[in-house]
Order: sequence, then structure tokens, then C-alpha cells
Amino acid sequence: MRTLSLTTLALALPGMAFAQDAVQVDGSSTVFPVSEAFAEEYQTATGNRVVVGVSGTGGGFKKFCRGETSFSGASRPIKTEEADLCAENGIEFLEMPVAMDALAVIVNPENPLTCMSVEELKTAYETEAQGKIDNWNQLNTEYPDQPLTLFGAGTDSGTYDYFTFAVIGEEGASRGDFTATEDDNITIQGVSTDPDAIGFLGLAYVEENRGRVKPLEISYNGGDCVEPSTENAASGTYQPLTRPLFMYVNKAHLDEMPNVEDFAKFFFDPAHAIDLVSSTGYLALPEAAFTAAEKKIAARKTGSFFDGGSKVGVTPDDLLAAN
Amino acid sequence: MSTTTQGALSAATTNQTAFDAVRKAKQKDILFATGGLVVMALAMTLLLALIGDLVIRGATRIDYGFLTSYPSRLPERAGILSAWVGSLLVMLVTAFLAIPIGIGAGLYLEEYARKGWLSNFIEINVSNLAGVPSIIYGLLALGLFVYGFSLGKTILVAGMTLALLILPIVIVSIREAVRAIPRIIKEGAYGLGADQWQVMWSYIIPAARPGILTGAIVGLSRAIGETAPIITIGALTFIAFLPPAPVTGEFPFISFAWLNDGFTVLPIQMFNWVSRPQAEFHVAAAATGVVLIALTFSLNGIAIWIRYRLRQGYRN
Repeated sequence: MRTLSLTTLALALPGMAFAQDAVQVDGSSTVFPVSEAFAEEYQTATGNRVVVGVSGTGGGFKKFCRGETSFSGASRPIKTEEADLCAENGIEFLEMPVAMDALAVIVNPENPLTCMSVEELKTAYETEAQGKIDNWNQLNTEYPDQPLTLFGAGTDSGTYDYFTFAVIGEEGASRGDFTATEDDNITIQGVSTDPDAIGFLGLAYVEENRGRVKPLEISYNGGDCVEPSTENAASGTYQPLTRPLFMYVNKAHLDEMPNVEDFAKFFFDPAHAIDLVSSTGYLALPEAAFTAAEKKIAARKTGSFFDGGSKVGVTPDDLLAAN
Repeated sequence: MSTTTQGALSAATTNQTAFDAVRKAKQKDILFATGGLVVMALAMTLLLALIGDLVIRGATRIDYGFLTSYPSRLPERAGILSAWVGSLLVMLVTAFLAIPIGIGAGLYLEEYARKGWLSNFIEINVSNLAGVPSIIYGLLALGLFVYGFSLGKTILVAGMTLALLILPIVIVSIREAVRAIPRIIKEGAYGLGADQWQVMWSYIIPAARPGILTGAIVGLSRAIGETAPIITIGALTFIAFLPPAPVTGEFPFISFAWLNDGFTVLPIQMFNWVSRPQAEFHVAAAATGVVLIALTFSLNGIAIWIRYRLRQGYRN
């Protein structure tokens, strides 16, 4: 062991250039398609190197707050503990909203239901439901006497965090006895083959599987039923299951590394940013948001707008204000 | 007279009992063989069905462009160049570290180490390490190599991590190989006046070579499919350039700079594509799976061929 590590150390010393060479992006798997799209286009356009890792939102922040990465994708705002860790290490960051994502609640196409209320969803998924709620008529007496099969995103995902926060009111406060999976395609598979099933996942998965599963309209606070669509997410009417996606940028790296600043400028250039974000299946923010983002980068405006947690009912206009 | 008849009768009964016993034993034999055949057929069918399904879904996607393109957000443009090059380079480092160290450790433990509580302790630990979940090696490597030695998230660290992971497997199989060598060979050599090093170099190592290669095959085949420890040490998911070439145009013609580059590997690329919403990415994932299986088979093929050649040489 000891001789092994010594020889490898000797081998490793000559070339630590890689770390400065390529722009380092990491973070949420939900934001990954966006990061990948920009990294690919930027590299094609300029020849500068960008690499993207997937450590999840939380894992990404750990690396980001150690100064290992310059950009960190996040499917929720930075938490207070994470911001504290950054501060401890002297890392200042810029919080840049990049897109809106909607979560959809899906049922089997054979299910005649078209709309559900947030309260009914809460009854189905909250902690107290464990082992008790197993029939559709327990959610609403008008629903048929049919067994209820629950699917959903795995507990390590930002999708799960946001769903529990928005529907149940507390992050992570869900029942444990539902089919939780990190791969949303499994949820599609399960719901498409079981007429009694219900599940929740990212809207992009629904768009790709129209006909196999049926997205439900959602009624929030006794309001009208709203269909999950990119338009309704854009206007901010599909609530509470619309959430912003972020890119956090290391301020010191922006100042000291020319390729980091160059990539950041490319990322928020409204000329192509909107098309690129849309091509990944997410909803791009309006042009004004990107113009504001460019100014924010130029002014190096640091800190988080979100006081350490998710907020329900965030609209693109709010994000514009945040910039 | 009567006694003879009785004797013949009793002999006949004894014969009959013996025949019955043999028939019963044969029936059991057939039953067991059939059971074994059914289980084997079931396992093989399952394996072939899985591979077949992967090939049917992915094989048409594999073409020159797929193998020579970088990943892309557009499924039709996406390829696995950085992933298969990464996998191959990591395997190279793993083999280069795990096989010599494994051979050294295995031979020492089997031939040189004095039997006592210490060698027993080491033996138990080596056997137990072979069963430790791979993620634990990932965490160890993250703490020790990536942060402890500040080696970064490089091909070298990935190779070292996987080498640690397969080392117990390699050591155990090398010890088995050495143990399987007939004592008579060793003792004959000692009897002719050879010293320990001569016996080791001229008899034990050549005789154990096929077994050593088997250990290396089993270890590397496991390492190439590992995802968890590689993700833990910080492998990338999107990387659209290759590490610097190991051979350069100027003196000294060999460069080790590639060891310090970031990388991705085939299982990570596959995992990423499987979890995407677009069906075209799922096809690309299946194609990646086919390439991974092909790579594993060809690694095994090379090792089996070398083993075959060595066996021939040893017999002569």
C-alpha cells in the first residue's frame, strides 16, 4: 500500500494542469440535460473544454462549497447549511435561475379521473397514510372502490424533495410504502401497466410518453383544475408543482478564470440560451430574465434570494426580480 | 440339497436387493442430473434472453459514428467515444496495479509467510475483503486518494480504486492456483538441490500461470462493470475530449499525462441514458450495454487465449 501510493504520487505530480484546463460543472441530475446542452454547444463554438458531473443537488453543493467546481446545477435553492459551508470556506456564489420545471401527477389512461386536488394528493402520500390509505375512495368518497397503487420519485431526488414540500408541506414527510424509484422511466412503466396506479415525476417524461400515461390536472387551494404544460408553468398558473432550476456560479472563479467567465457569459446569452434550454424539454425563462442574468454576472451580485429553502408558487417574474 | 437351494434362493434375493438398490441409486442420479440440467437451462435462457433483448434493442444503433462521437444532448448525434476510451484506460491501470501486486501477495502468503496467527489474520481479512460492497472502496478511495493524497478525480485514482477492489479476488485465486500444484513437483525440485527462489521461479510460477490468469480475468471482468465506486470518486458524466495520447512525437515518446485526466466510463454513460425521458436515449443505452458486453468478452477472450498458449507450453 505505502509503496503503491508513493509511486503513484510521483507519477501524479507532473500534471495537475487538468483542473484549470476544463471548466468544471457538477450538481443535480435534473439540471444535467441543460448543463450538457450548453457544454456541448460552447465546446463546439469555442473549442474551450467543459466537463459535467452528476453528484445530485446536495452532493454538487458539497463540491462547490469546497471550491472544486465552478458551476453547480440545483433543482432547489441552496439550503442554509450549504450556504454556511460555502461561507466557512470563503466561497461566494451567484444564484442564477435557468429554467422552470413542472412535476406531473399521472394515472393509467384507463382511469376516467381528469383532475385531483392537492389535498387529495396529500392524503395519499403523507406519512400518516402509511399502511392505511390503500383505496381510491379513501381520497374522495366520489372515487370508485378500487385499490390504490402509489409510485413516485426516489427519496434522494430533488423531485421527491420538492413534491413532498409542495404537496405535504414538509420536505421528506411522505409515507414509506410506495414504489419509489430514482429512474422516472420505472414510474412510467408501472403506471402504464396498472389501471389502479398513480405516480408523480418530471413533466418531460410525460411529454415523451403521451398515450401510455395520463397527466392529471391539479386544483390548488380550491381553485380551478390546471393542466400540467410548459405554457401553464410559464405563466405560473400550474401550481404548486412548478419549480425553478438553478445554476450556482463561484464568484472567485468568475474573477480569476477567464474560461469560467466566458462560459458563464455564453450560458446566459439570450441569443441562444432560450433555444438551448427549450431543446432539453424544460421551460426557458423569458428573454428579460436572461438579460437580467447577464447584468447580474457583470455586477457580480452574490447571495441567495430564497432564504435557505424552496418556495411554493415561484413564477418566472419572481425569478426576474431575484436577478 | 435343501440347504443349497436355500443358499441359491437367498443369493437370488440378495442379488435382487442389490439390483433394486442400484436401480434406485441410478434413478436418483437421473433425477439429479435432470434437475441440474433444468436449472442450468433456466439460468442460461435467462442470461441469453437478457443479452438478446439488449442486442435486439441496441445493435442497430452501433455504427462507426456511435463509437467515434462524444455524448450529445441530441440522441441521434450522441456517441460513446469518451466512455469506451475511459473504460479501457481505467482497466489498463487496474490490470497494471492489481495483477503484479496480487501475484506478489498471493505467492508470499502461500510460499514464504510463516504460518501463525498473523498469517491467519491476514488470510481471514483477505477473504472478507472480497465480499465488501464496492461502494465502500469508493468511499475509501475518495477519502484517501482524492482528498488525502490530493490526486484528484483522475483515471489513475479510478484505476487504483478498482485495483483495490479486485485485489482480494486476485490474491485468493492465485493462492488456489499455487495450492493446486502437485507437491511432488516442488519436493522433486528441492530434492535435486534447488533453492527456494529457483523452485519459485522455474516451477511454481510457470505451473500457476493459468490459474493466475483466471484470477486476473475474474477480477477485471468485475471491475469493468463497476459504477458505484467510480461515481463516488467523482467520475464525470459529460466529457467531450480524450485524454492526451500515451505516445508522443518527441522524446521520451511516452507520456503519462493521461493518468491525470478526468474521465467517464461505459456504465456511467449507460446509466445516464437509461434514466433520460427520450426513447432514443434508451436505444443508445442498450447499444452501450452491447459494447460493454463485447469489451468484457474480448478482454476475457484475450486472457483465455493466453492461458491456452501457456498451458501448451507448460505441458511440453
